[in-house]
Amino acid sequence: MSLMTTLLVVLVLSALWASMTTPLLRAALALALTSAMLAVVMFSLGATLAAVIELSVCAGLISVVFVSVISLTQRRPFKEYLARRRARLRRLWPLPVVLLALGIGLSFVRAPVQIALPLPATDGDVRTVLWNLRQLDLFGQILILLAGVFGVLVLFKKEAKDGD
Amino acid sequence: MSTFLLLVPFLAVVILNLLPKRARVAAFAITFLVLALETAAAFVARFVAVDWSFLAPVERVLGFGLSLDHLGGLLLLCAGIVGMAALLVGRRTLAEASERFMFANLVLVALVGINGIAMVRDLFTLYVFVEVTAVATFILITLRHGGHAFEGAWKYVILSAVASVLMLSSVALLLLSVGGISLDEVKTALATPGTLTWVAIALFLCGLFVKGALVPFHGWLADAYTAAPAPVSVFMAGIVTKASGIFALLRIASSCLGGALPGREILLVVGALSIVVGAFLALGQSNMKRMLAYSSVSQMGYIVLALGGDLRLGIVAAALHFFNHAISKSQLFANAAAIEERLGTLDMDKMGGIAARMPVTAGTTAVATLSIAGLPPLAGFWSKLLIVMALWDAKEYAFAAVAILASLVTLAYFLSLQRRVFFGKTLPEWAAVREAGVGLLVPAVALAAITVVLGIGFPFALRVLLGGGA
Amino acid sequence: MAIEIPQSFWLYFIFFALLLVDGLWCMLATRNLVRILIGVEILMKSVTFLLIVAGYFSGRMALAQALVITVIVIEVVVVVVVAGVILGLFREHDSLDVENTREMKG
Repeated sequence: MSLMTTLLVVLVLSALWASMTTPLLRAALALALTSAMLAVVMFSLGATLAAVIELSVCAGLISVVFVSVISLTQRRPFKEYLARRRARLRRLWPLPVVLLALGIGLSFVRAPVQIALPLPATDGDVRTVLWNLRQLDLFGQILILLAGVFGVLVLFKKEAKDGD
Repeated sequence: MSTFLLLVPFLAVVILNLLPKRARVAAFAITFLVLALETAAAFVARFVAVDWSFLAPVERVLGFGLSLDHLGGLLLLCAGIVGMAALLVGRRTLAEASERFMFANLVLVALVGINGIAMVRDLFTLYVFVEVTAVATFILITLRHGGHAFEGAWKYVILSAVASVLMLSSVALLLLSVGGISLDEVKTALATPGTLTWVAIALFLCGLFVKGALVPFHGWLADAYTAAPAPVSVFMAGIVTKASGIFALLRIASSCLGGALPGREILLVVGALSIVVGAFLALGQSNMKRMLAYSSVSQMGYIVLALGGDLRLGIVAAALHFFNHAISKSQLFANAAAIEERLGTLDMDKMGGIAARMPVTAGTTAVATLSIAGLPPLAGFWSKLLIVMALWDAKEYAFAAVAILASLVTLAYFLSLQRRVFFGKTLPEWAAVREAGVGLLVPAVALAAITVVLGIGFPFALRVLLGGGA
Repeated sequence: MAIEIPQSFWLYFIFFALLLVDGLWCMLATRNLVRILIGVEILMKSVTFLLIVAGYFSGRMALAQALVITVIVIEVVVVVVVAGVILGLFREHDSLDVENTREMKG
């Protein structure tokens, strides 16, 4: 097994952990780990800039959002938690089995579609591409961030008023 | 010109937020002005070729690579008109100052998104603008907390995320099989398509089906429309769902899928399913907004069905039905807003005989419902006729029959609406109800007038709406 | 970092499929709103991964990276908005159960 395959296995395992673990906080941490692993995979595929952003934004910022949501909403007695965990595991135990079977099954299948790779294009630097060719996407990013600011103002407005 | 359609609303948002707090009452006026300008620009461009070259120096600096064609212009026109109607409704029904300010801001942000959808030439950028519009709309739904606002927003937001996943996988697969994601590159590749390319296109279309709430992905629509405040449901029903789902579909069909397309059976089946399921779901509703929402599912099915027919005629028919439905449905939601404001409820079982008390609302509602049901000589009749013709030309007689028969169901649920809300003896509790205020009547009357004029002057209107080309 | 990269695209595609199934299962097998969001996030990870892989195999890594950066920005904003909706639902019902999002009928 090459290093790349190992990385990918760890990536899927951490995603599996994120979906199976019962405490929400741990699931959020597992998600951050998944992001970090994805960043490593992206880095080794040569997507350095995107990897850095994935690491800082997804593993960092999104985890902060998750942790704050979870800490604002967790008020469950321990007993109820244990009962819930049993019910959850009943729904989730087939998942690793299914994933394993799927992975092994698919690896025996030959790729059903032949991919005719296009010619290796004259592909410049990512910054050039982003700033010169994808200006409209950048404009879209600005807009969606603006919308996000309005979202925070609208969605969280009750807090300020109720003061709780 | 096209760059300005993005920059002007964007700058308007910036200006709104730079205003001192006391001057924020001007937010509605500024937004209305932007929408009116857009409507005027889109409308004038259909009569005379305007020379926009004096704007060229700016466009050289910010070359967004946009292109504005007749189809895009139609969406701009719809967005302007519906946006103005939504603002007028919002002026009457949103009481709190902060709500009004946020409403104006978010409508402008969504407007930039919609204008972007109208003009992009690239599948990924299309996704970005669809997402901008969607995010602005999630927030608009929760503009007024309480009721079921968060529940409606939740369903929209989660299904929309699934749609994003579908569209992005499609973009990735296209990158792999085509090597590029602009509409032109995809079109070239589709001349000699491979399996992977078709899978990718199918995935993108599925994402758009979710955004456009077509059966089997219609679950979120009724809840989102019902949960949203009145002006937001006018805006959503009139333009947001249509722009981000249906118009994007139209754009792909018209610029990538030339000639006979192998996947058109999917469009036919999804369209027919949406028409039938939506119509029967609408028949069983007692909440007025819910009935209108399911009616939207059904009508958007017609647009998709048209694309499955003869493609040349189908696109014309779809574009016309798109316009008609945007006008009529936003008008019906404005009527619903008027009724909700006066009666305090949308439960149709509790209403009855309102026509005597609110004659203008009743009359305009009748115009819009009859137009959507496809009664001549209203606008909806002509677009449905064209849709049936497009199907007939493609020898899809069974689907043409579905389209015609489903019109009867449409008529049935709208007659049920009329009967339960407006006809009969006025119930005693509504004896003192007065006609809605001018602020709510102006958009309803104006939109109804568009429907009537468009219907009567159809041959001329066809040329105007489609920019002569047809 | 010199890593021997397997030449077959299929290997990567298998892992994409695994992530996709994992995310979908996570969304469908839970009754907790936050966990549904975690499922959505896993789905977004899988798509990000596929985009980069597509860039790698088609030799358009710069373009793929530019797209991924935009996707990440959109992802963050969507997560924040969903988090706000979850908090709003929690404040209304004092619970994170999805049952609270099934009250509307018809």
